[in-house]
Amino acid sequence: MSDKDTVEVAAATPEQPQPFEELGLTKDEYAKIRDILGRRPTAAELALYSVMWSEHCSYKSSKVHLRRLAPNEEQSGQLLAGIGANAGVVDIGQGYAVTFKIESHNHPSFVEPHQGAATGVGGIVRDILAMGARPVAVMDALRFGPADAHDTARVLPGVVSGISFYGNCLGLPNIGGELAFDPCYAGNPLINALCVGVMRHADLQAAVASGPGNKVVLFGSRTGPDGVGGASVLASATFGGDGDGRARAKRPSVQVGDPFLEKLLVECCLELYASGLIEGIQDLGAAGIACATTELAAGGDGGMRVTLDDVPLRDPSLTPAEILMSESQERMMAVVRPDNIEAFLRVCAKWDVEATVIGEVTGDGTLTMTWRGGTVVQIPPRTAADGPVYQRPMARPADLDALQAAAPGGLDRPKDGPALRAAVLALLGSADEADKSWVTAQYDHYVRGNTVLAMPEDGGLLRIDERTQLGIALATDGNGRYCRLDPYQGTQLALSEAYRNVAMTGASPVAVTNCLNFGSPEDPAVMWQLAEAVRGLADACAALGIPVTGGNVSLYNQTGTNAIHPTPVIGVLGVHDDVRRRLAAGFTEDAAQVVLLGETREEFGGSAWAHVTHGHLGGHPPAADLDAERRLADLMSAAAQESLLSSAHDLSTGGLSIALAESCIRGGRGCRVRLPGDPFTDLFSESAARAVVSVTPGREAEFAALCAANEIPATVLGTTGGQTLAVEATFEVSLDELRRVWQGTLPALFS
Amino acid sequence: MARVIVDVMLKPEIHDPQGEAVLSATRRLGFGGVTGVRQGKRFELELDGPADSAALAAIEELARELLANPVIEEFSLHPAE
Amino acid sequence: MRIGVVTFPGSLDDTDAARAVRYAGAEAVPLWHADRDLRGVDAVILPGGFSYGDYLRCGAIARFSPVMAELVPAAKAGLPVLGICNGFQILCEAHLLPGALTRNAGLRFITRDVPLTVANASTAWTNGYESGQQLLVPLKSGEGAYAAGPATLDELERTGRVVVRYAGAAPNGAARGIAGICDEAGTVVGLMPHPEHAIDPLTGPSADGLGFFTSVVTAFAGARG
Repeated sequence: MSDKDTVEVAAATPEQPQPFEELGLTKDEYAKIRDILGRRPTAAELALYSVMWSEHCSYKSSKVHLRRLAPNEEQSGQLLAGIGANAGVVDIGQGYAVTFKIESHNHPSFVEPHQGAATGVGGIVRDILAMGARPVAVMDALRFGPADAHDTARVLPGVVSGISFYGNCLGLPNIGGELAFDPCYAGNPLINALCVGVMRHADLQAAVASGPGNKVVLFGSRTGPDGVGGASVLASATFGGDGDGRARAKRPSVQVGDPFLEKLLVECCLELYASGLIEGIQDLGAAGIACATTELAAGGDGGMRVTLDDVPLRDPSLTPAEILMSESQERMMAVVRPDNIEAFLRVCAKWDVEATVIGEVTGDGTLTMTWRGGTVVQIPPRTAADGPVYQRPMARPADLDALQAAAPGGLDRPKDGPALRAAVLALLGSADEADKSWVTAQYDHYVRGNTVLAMPEDGGLLRIDERTQLGIALATDGNGRYCRLDPYQGTQLALSEAYRNVAMTGASPVAVTNCLNFGSPEDPAVMWQLAEAVRGLADACAALGIPVTGGNVSLYNQTGTNAIHPTPVIGVLGVHDDVRRRLAAGFTEDAAQVVLLGETREEFGGSAWAHVTHGHLGGHPPAADLDAERRLADLMSAAAQESLLSSAHDLSTGGLSIALAESCIRGGRGCRVRLPGDPFTDLFSESAARAVVSVTPGREAEFAALCAANEIPATVLGTTGGQTLAVEATFEVSLDELRRVWQGTLPALFS
Repeated sequence: MARVIVDVMLKPEIHDPQGEAVLSATRRLGFGGVTGVRQGKRFELELDGPADSAALAAIEELARELLANPVIEEFSLHPAE
Repeated sequence: MRIGVVTFPGSLDDTDAARAVRYAGAEAVPLWHADRDLRGVDAVILPGGFSYGDYLRCGAIARFSPVMAELVPAAKAGLPVLGICNGFQILCEAHLLPGALTRNAGLRFITRDVPLTVANASTAWTNGYESGQQLLVPLKSGEGAYAAGPATLDELERTGRVVVRYAGAAPNGAARGIAGICDEAGTVVGLMPHPEHAIDPLTGPSADGLGFFTSVVTAFAGARG
């Protein structure tokens, strides 16, 4: 029987064939395991190594590149815990620390959109919880195939309902995110979920198991066959398996989430933390118990002994390998001093959370697991937790030169007023730019009563302290098209946009998280894209003086040979000294001066206009200008403090045309502007480091002086007021028409 | 070990948007012969004794008290085969 | 004045209801679902959320909590009770209010700032408003369509027990646009929208919701004075 494959049996049967390839291990990796153990692995050990060394858990293809993201001294200043810990922790002042992270759940969401997206939210929330923080908000960055594709109509509504179902039931406000469409994501949607949590400095928890004699406790959901579809191969191995004739139940690959149980788990953990009952804690995500035990043991100074028979099971027929690989949701693992166990169990009982002691910390440097009296796992935990490190071959994509040479300069442009008007409306109504309320209205953004700004604003803004009005701002951004043209520049632009979005609220950016979505690491072109993207991110963060606190890598996002565009999604966290002085995008008063900040150049490579009007992707993306972004952010922060502005909105895809339209729609009032240069360039260029603001009436001179002091070009365009967006001598559109075009697209596709 | 099945349905006069959505989908899939759909719940209760009249009476009370909301739902129950 | 806010497993807007109570100048007293103890409070709020995950039916399991065993007779004896969203659902399941809340007509969870009209400004929780006053308050629910038999609906209308109505079309398909109702005494009120999220323009669409909480404080002071 595979469940009687003990260490002794393994040592005695070295020639026994094992299904390592079906479990995703290469011949070399299998040989390495045998080498580490000095014998063949048991079935349970094989399962454990196979999940721990999977790309998803070990980051084996990306690790060498991610090392670039380690913070320098300037960047480390505000960090309490960096990359490697579950989620980086940042000091935001007044004794508060914030932890945030973004993670992918792409493949499961393609298979089962509702549950895949739901469990994605659950997983990232537990990550934040394991740091000792109370989760306080979520965001999601979603990318699908073409908006009008048949499969998008299957996947999108399910993903949104899953995020809504899980996030709303947990009581976490959804304060922002992204929604984008591109043919490259058909078959490979990207579902990246972000969670942010807040704690006091002293609350920081560690993921270590130290102190021999301390108990290891598994609590939350019972363990079932969720997600172990792949492990069934172990049961069918020549050695052991179904010899006793039992019919084995089907093993599902999809995990099902229970947000109610997770809500109880959150409250239970927070009470355990507040009561000082935990020495170390880890959440169970991918690779479940296998991961939690190896990481806790590896993080500590000793070893761990686990009795797998004590794991509470939903399905009593699970084998040790299946127990280790199970991805049942809503579970945590804690290390607890023996004299705290009773109190620990009492808190769990209060919250109706099942908790079981399954082992204890030892001093022997080994992770040992027993099952029905036999030892089925005995490994040095660090060898599983650390995993292989690969230097995959990289090569610049063969088609990149041609792609970059196909510049958009030659594309047919609208030349007169009516043509420009039509182009603006076409862009405004395109799926990427249109109103996303169909999606966002399914999320609760009010719960907890501290949301100051949420979608459709540039950044989400949360009040942290009701007395001092301290707050945090968050934004996520990515642009697959820019990155396809130039992954280095494109990634810097994604960071720039998230950084700029945070700055638009009046907050100061302080930290970065990232979710790197790429194709197969076995494709040298993809590896080159990954390396360039990470290099771009590292250089940009160093230039902006802010650290990457952690993140996630999702590889193998491709169908056959068609990889998605390289799509790093960057999340930025900012601190706001006084949320009452926040800035938002809509024009809030009449007769306010409308000013364009920043420099506009002829930059259309990868632009929304080129995509929507001509289906064109070519040339170079806009140039990133990190110094200008930094100065623009400083300007916004100072302007917010002095209440110089009545609105602020950054320019990104679609350029000024979209920014103006959105400011009009959100504020419910129009504006009258004159374009300083070539109308087409002014309206559709996507040059970076720009924003459109309306100035508090009477403060125009002060604001102009502040712009000069920050060396930000400021061009007065016109004034707010009226019920039309009027571009002098060019065209005019009524607010009603703007709203109609903007609001009609998504409901028509998905209702 | 006996089992009892309790079926709970919305009262006919209560609007059933889920049933309507299912009906739309049914027709989209080409099942033109289906003219109406109402969606309900089925509970399977395991008893530690037989499903005799005393047990069924108790379950009827349970159904009225908990499993169904008599304001908007009605129910029926029977022992499982 | 001491106002109790009940926390069931899965309650979410309890801390927000407590904040609204504080803004209204009263003391918020946390009440635990498993305790048969109202701690001598002067009024009780059943907050929004997903008590028991909305399993079985929204509020169907919460209504059997020990705290409800104390609350139901107290409410019948005149203790002011406000049920918000899930709280409204619990009050209906507990038969302190007639009718039931059913799945939104559009089948999706909706978060939307909705204009409401105050139809009854005499209840313990609405005496601070004018009859006909318009409020802008967030609605956020998946099962918010009020439903009851025609006879019940007629009686509610006839006896002035509709407390708030959706000013426009009900976004969830609620019968007769009913957003909130009260009992015969006017002391137990249930409504689907969330006044506790409209107490400060910084974090909500308006401060129109604060009146629910100040009303009961006023009613209490008046009763004592």
